[in-house]
Amino acid sequence: MIRGLVRFVDQRTGTAPFLRKTLRYLFPDHWSFLLGEVALYAFVVLVGTGIYLTLFYEDSTATVVYHGGYAPLQGQEMTHAYRSVLDLSTNVKAGLLIRQTHHWAANVFIAAIVLHLLRIFFTGAYRKPRELTYWIGLTMLLTSLLEGYLGYSLADDLLSGMGLAIGYAVAMSIPFVGANLAALIWDGPFPGSHAFFPRMYIVHVLVIPLLLATLLAVHLALVALKHHTQFRNDPRATERKLVGVPTFPGQAPRSLGLFMATAAVLFLLGGLVQINPIWLWGPYHTYSATNGAQPDWYLGWLIGALRIVPGFDLTIGGYTLVPNPFWGGAALPLVFFAFLYLWPFLERRFVTRDYGYHNLLDRPRDAPLRTAIGMAVLTEVFLVFLAGSADRVDVFFGLPYVPQVWAYRVLVLVGPVLAALLAHRVCVELQRGERVEHERKRAERLARGRA
Amino acid sequence: MGKARAFLVSALTLLLARRRRPSLAPGERERIVPEPPHGYDAELLAIGLFLASAACALAFVVVYVLDRLPAHTQLLGLALGLSFAFFAAGLIVIAKRLIATEELEDDYPEHEHPAEQERIVQVVEESGLTRRRLLLLALGAAGGSLGVALLAPAASLGPVIHVARFYLTPWRRGTRLVDDHGRPLRADQIEEKTFYTAFAEGADKEQLPSSLVVVRLRRDQLDLPSESAGFDADGIVAFSKICTHAGCAIALYRAPMFEPTDPKPALVCPCHYSTFDPATGGTVTFGPAGRKLPMLPLEVDPKGFLRARGNFDGPVGPSWWGVRLKEPTT
Amino acid sequence: MRRLVLIALLALAATPAARAGDVTRGEHLYGRYCLSCHGANGAGTNRGDRKGPPLRGVGALAPDFYLRTGYMPLQDAGDQPRRSRVLFSEQEIEALVAYVASLGQGPGVPRPHPERGSLSDGQQLFTDHCAGCHQVVTEGGYLTGGVAPPLEEATATQVAEAIRIGPYVMPRFSPRQLSPHDVDSIVRYVQWAKHPDDRGGWAIGHLGPVPEGLITWFLAAATLVAVCMVIGRRLRSG
Repeated sequence: MIRGLVRFVDQRTGTAPFLRKTLRYLFPDHWSFLLGEVALYAFVVLVGTGIYLTLFYEDSTATVVYHGGYAPLQGQEMTHAYRSVLDLSTNVKAGLLIRQTHHWAANVFIAAIVLHLLRIFFTGAYRKPRELTYWIGLTMLLTSLLEGYLGYSLADDLLSGMGLAIGYAVAMSIPFVGANLAALIWDGPFPGSHAFFPRMYIVHVLVIPLLLATLLAVHLALVALKHHTQFRNDPRATERKLVGVPTFPGQAPRSLGLFMATAAVLFLLGGLVQINPIWLWGPYHTYSATNGAQPDWYLGWLIGALRIVPGFDLTIGGYTLVPNPFWGGAALPLVFFAFLYLWPFLERRFVTRDYGYHNLLDRPRDAPLRTAIGMAVLTEVFLVFLAGSADRVDVFFGLPYVPQVWAYRVLVLVGPVLAALLAHRVCVELQRGERVEHERKRAERLARGRA
Repeated sequence: MGKARAFLVSALTLLLARRRRPSLAPGERERIVPEPPHGYDAELLAIGLFLASAACALAFVVVYVLDRLPAHTQLLGLALGLSFAFFAAGLIVIAKRLIATEELEDDYPEHEHPAEQERIVQVVEESGLTRRRLLLLALGAAGGSLGVALLAPAASLGPVIHVARFYLTPWRRGTRLVDDHGRPLRADQIEEKTFYTAFAEGADKEQLPSSLVVVRLRRDQLDLPSESAGFDADGIVAFSKICTHAGCAIALYRAPMFEPTDPKPALVCPCHYSTFDPATGGTVTFGPAGRKLPMLPLEVDPKGFLRARGNFDGPVGPSWWGVRLKEPTT
Repeated sequence: MRRLVLIALLALAATPAARAGDVTRGEHLYGRYCLSCHGANGAGTNRGDRKGPPLRGVGALAPDFYLRTGYMPLQDAGDQPRRSRVLFSEQEIEALVAYVASLGQGPGVPRPHPERGSLSDGQQLFTDHCAGCHQVVTEGGYLTGGVAPPLEEATATQVAEAIRIGPYVMPRFSPRQLSPHDVDSIVRYVQWAKHPDDRGGWAIGHLGPVPEGLITWFLAAATLVAVCMVIGRRLRSG
């Protein structure tokens, strides 16, 4: 039966040689190499559940009075968009499961990408010849941040509506072109015209998914063409020789199993743990707000930054050059991503002077400077994240907010430096420890040899 | 004679050499994938897991149909999630116990292909096009201009050049203040130590400049600067409800119960805690806002209703490059 | 028969007095616990580090609220009063309430009727007037200079009282701004919010993205990394 199928395919496509090569294509074996796959499978779940959601969502901001089954919002005015998400969550069988799975998948997708990025960075996998793969990956991360933001803003609930206003303010804060850009995107001042939500919708369900799918395809093709990097953990593994597990039968059940496990985690969360209960928040109005509003986790660093930047607009005479939200909302992510994009260049020009090809990976301790700088950047982002939770810390633990803000202002300047020094020290010490151990073993072998 | 001997020797060598390899049974071929482990226990386990997965998948459909069940979403998620989980477990058992663990070697591909690179360059150069610089320049100019031209209609997405709308508010002299239900606000209904949300009569409530936050202070609490002297109506002051930092609604009013010990009255934004002082005309006392809260001058009409005496003393909403260049318009 | 009537009359006579609280006892307690900040006869003080608002005319409403929540007595005059252990017994509270109410004409303890209120009106009123500080599902919040507490432990009466008092930096909503029916609706909503509609599963605090992010990393990502470690480990150690 298998022979019949294979024959059928090869006769009509001529791909038997390619398929045979694919079946025995080798995957170097380490658990951290599977993190990218987790992101891929989360993406598949996103698309699958997302298509289902599009069949129920209405992208209209025309208002309607709610007369449905959810009592606390009875008789309230809301947009069709909000009402469609409310109906999906309360009235459609399995609607809430699919919606929550979709939202959890988005959060996990970006978390997986970040873990994958950390692995790539701290092992030096982005080095020649894989810079293109790396840049495409970064672009996918950037795009996913926007995609997630647009996705949860489509529900037009109180929390995400407040978030949209802030996004508008960040756009407005861009020097010289801010208001023009914001007017373009929103078709006028916030909340924009009736065209804005349909625009968000089509970008979220068509433009960005197409972009992501294309980038993903090129990313995977590049990985396959140049083959995956590997650690030095097998004596046969060298810069020229790859050691790994073939696609079939070895890798296939593992990858498929990981896919099923990812789907399992996402659907279990989607059914058992509530996420974005928009019926509790109520519909958005520009004149309404709630305390404790936060963006989804992957934008949490931005709210932290927006809160701790001191209050000033940079003006020249009557011209407002840099409104306040720019620093936390635009400059910080700009610098962060610029650093990541430029890092392969910066590293080989200023840090290692190493312009060669690399198929073998470093362990973090093998590249102390890279690890130190990476830890510094990571610490900075993490501290800014924490700053965004300072108000809830005050509410829960009584630690006063204003001193926390001052503490974070100091920490974001000092913390990364300390982290870098510490990380560097740890790497050097670990290497030293290994050298000592190596010498000791050599001496033992020699002694045994003489005896 | 020599040829026959050579033939015999080679034939014998071939025959003998063949014998040295492990003999294959008729029809059998050399293995590519090594022998998988026997693992009957593992196979049983995997079968069990797959059956469990199937059972959960069935349970999902059953739960889906029985939509009166309590905690419906939770049961659906549990059924489907467990189905995937058992499936995953079965596959992992296969991966680790039922197939051969191969660790093979292969070559990394060539770093580059200099010969092919040369051929490509040669083909391009020999075409003769690369030497015609002017032609290429003109080609580039055409491509670039066409590209830019195709982007031009994007400007229709919004008023990218005409930013006059950012200064527009629905307030003019005489505009009445109304509440959430459209009922006009009376000056004598505004009490101290509380706050009111108001809107411009007849305006779209969702437009940022429409919404106000109105509070009453005592005359001795007021300390308005000269630019906003007289903006109050007997101690009643009105400000834009939209924070000048990032556009959230200022839904927080700090109203001290006992002035000697409690913090001063303040309007606070719940997003990043920009704090504005109503007594001094909306100046920023804490937080990342870079601009004071726009204040609306008020008057009381003969019937006792609150009306605007003019427009805000600054544009409403988050700052942008032109926010200090012009006054708000109607 | 006559004995029964006598007993019944005595019982009737006795109970209102007990419910009304012993004003004399209240004055005694006031002298011990409240006088230093609130002054003699509730005149208030504004001297040194002992400051307290006057209590004349606050009626029974305010002391009933402050005492039953444990907001009062307050350690430091500048502190924000917070819900804490109630030091007084039921009789002592009634006595103090009676005494403070006797200092001047003031509102009595409110009797809200949440069952008469509208849940939907309550949701809207709460969002418009309260959510900025207390968060839209009453989980509490921060503001510069104070903390708006979560309302999980607030009784219907306490909510109605707080609305009228505006304790610490909370605004004070009079019946003219929020009618008794409005208060009924708000109380109904606050009570509902103690066990809101959590049809999506484990509510993780009703705070939105922050706990959701924690679940993403510490539950989902951690599990998936563990799965990767199980899958990726080769049988041969390396």
